[in-house]
Amino acid sequence: MNINTSAKTETWLWLGQRLSAVVLAVCVVVHIVTMIFAMRGGLSTGEIAGRVGGNVWWLTFYGLFVLSVSVHAPIGIRAVLLESTPISARRIGLLCMIFGLFIIVFGIKAVIGLYQLGPV
Amino acid sequence: MKKTNRNHPTYWAFLLHRLSGVLLAMFIPVHLYVLSLAITDGAALDTFLRWSTTPMVKVLESGLVILLAAHLTGGLRLLALEFCAWMSWQKTAVAISAGLSLAAGLLFFLNAG
Repeated sequence: MNINTSAKTETWLWLGQRLSAVVLAVCVVVHIVTMIFAMRGGLSTGEIAGRVGGNVWWLTFYGLFVLSVSVHAPIGIRAVLLESTPISARRIGLLCMIFGLFIIVFGIKAVIGLYQLGPV
Repeated sequence: MKKTNRNHPTYWAFLLHRLSGVLLAMFIPVHLYVLSLAITDGAALDTFLRWSTTPMVKVLESGLVILLAAHLTGGLRLLALEFCAWMSWQKTAVAISAGLSLAAGLLFFLNAG
């Protein structure tokens, strides 16, 4: 284990992990149910565009989903790396921040792009 | 030999939560790339989606759904452990989590076109 950060930082990260987990609990249930129903008739670009394109509710939902994942996943990976590798906490923190930014940038880009496809 | 407390359902639940979390995090870039195809190259996405209907890919996708459901139900169990009053039925909670995860994977597999 290689933890060398302040108690304040750890507390905020713990809180961020739990708050994002609560939001994700709802998002993942909706996502799994949607996947099961969407797969019924087979998936295609047209089906995806017709379902989420131009729909403000899906835009808001997936936007919130991406933001929550961008908080939750990097903090989780950070905990695993801190506890099981000899890499310094500083480097792990940097790596996880880059990972979080990657999810926000490419996730929001995908969400907005799918919204802009509009209903087919 | 050092005695450990690892042979317990809640230890395996902890391990599964860790492993599923890491694997799902690794899957995020792949998922975002495939989604981006819908915007940049619809024909390529359709080719990919047709490929994803093969039995082997369906099984792998169902595995991913099980991992996601296992991380969800395992996470809810952890939230209950941290924020609610102590429950004496921890092993039952693990069993419920596992059952719901497998059910989600099975439902996905049976509905996959």
